[in-house]
Amino acid sequence: MAEALILAVKIAIATMFVLNLAGLLTWAERRQSAFIQDRLGPNRASVFGIRLIGLLHPVADGIKMIMKEDFIPAGADRVVHTIAPFIALFPAFVAYAVIPFGDRLPIFGYDVNLVVSDINIGLLFVVAVMSIAIFGIFLGGWASNNKWSLLGALRSAAQMISYEVTLGLTIIGILMVYESVRLDEIVRAQGDLLFGFIPKWGIVTQPIGFLLFFAAAMAESKRTPFDLPEGESEIVAGYFLEYSGMKFGMFFMGEFAEIVVIAGIIASLFLGGWQIPWVTTEMLLKAFPGWLVALIQIGVFSAKVVALCWLQLTIRWTLPRFRYDQLMRLGWKMLLPISLANIFVTGLVILLLQ
Amino acid sequence: MSVYTPIFAMFLVAFAIGLGFLAVATFLGPKRLSKEKLDPFDCGNPPLGTPRVPVSIKYYVVAILFILFDVEVVYLYVWAIIFKDLGLFGFVEMLVFILIVVGGLAYVWRKGALEWK
Repeated sequence: MAEALILAVKIAIATMFVLNLAGLLTWAERRQSAFIQDRLGPNRASVFGIRLIGLLHPVADGIKMIMKEDFIPAGADRVVHTIAPFIALFPAFVAYAVIPFGDRLPIFGYDVNLVVSDINIGLLFVVAVMSIAIFGIFLGGWASNNKWSLLGALRSAAQMISYEVTLGLTIIGILMVYESVRLDEIVRAQGDLLFGFIPKWGIVTQPIGFLLFFAAAMAESKRTPFDLPEGESEIVAGYFLEYSGMKFGMFFMGEFAEIVVIAGIIASLFLGGWQIPWVTTEMLLKAFPGWLVALIQIGVFSAKVVALCWLQLTIRWTLPRFRYDQLMRLGWKMLLPISLANIFVTGLVILLLQ
Repeated sequence: MSVYTPIFAMFLVAFAIGLGFLAVATFLGPKRLSKEKLDPFDCGNPPLGTPRVPVSIKYYVVAILFILFDVEVVYLYVWAIIFKDLGLFGFVEMLVFILIVVGGLAYVWRKGALEWK
């Protein structure tokens, strides 16, 4: 009974984390882009005259999208058109099932592992689940019975599978260093110290891998500079052109939820997840009660995730869009060879250090 | 409780959220459809022909390359985890494997499969 309750709380936290952060990011992105372009951005939505610097905009947007007319264009595949946004949205939530929010802690007498499920193939599970989103986008574009949508769907499929190879190869470097596919073990191993004083974070042991992973993950999320599937100036809006109302909102939210997932994975693999540099869980447990340690670790993890989300938004508003041949050249001719070389160099260094 | 029970529960929650969104999208909001509104968007013109047209062969080539390289990545996962135990032997063995992969990459590169003109 207690076990089921703990599980319910953990699932609620993970789901709320993704939902709320994705909602907040829709606001943060517009606000940040406004600041970058020397504007004020959305700050008008108000309840009883309270504006909260525009924080109510995501709520207003949600209500607006729910109340919009929903249509399925003539000639479209009605079933596929309807389930496509669903397929695009739900992987982001499931991926957070294996991302650890904190260490295994004694909270109120229970031994709680702060991850929804510590399955032994954690990292592979994340990669597998994330690639499901491709289906949603491709099916949505194909089912719309529209040329622009089909072009957008094709572009997104080719782009996402191209960068997925790099994504997979970069993870191998991490696996070689930490010798586990379990995300909780990888994060725990990052608490060690390298040469006695450097935290053994992924970004220290795999600096090239971090850059490769970040670039490939940005391409997976289909945002500028990799937003060719949308390309509003060439193919109007790409795969979600024939969507309206909340179905469009689901693609939109899926994109932002994916930013949160990417930030969570990068934080876990390369930035030590919930680890605080030079402070171990044992030290924290000596000083504070278990529930406070849990809050601290969740806070540290959230801070890293938010920082990485901010970085992705900044990149999105700083760089222009690639041309398609440039995109493919970057993926296949630069990132892929570098990631292969990264595996080789990582192996060599590990052998030499042994 | 199996370790996959929470995963299953998470799937159920994600399904519920997704279906909830789909339900409000379908059942709330006005429904005033007309023939013009249902026309596929083609920049204001009546759509010409079917949109299910043949597509560039390039996308097909990329899909094949993805299958080839991604399957090789799967082999590397198993090796990467026990790399430290295998030592020099494992390193040399996998070096041969990676060199074959690089050979394949060089081949498709020379053949121009990665060019987008």
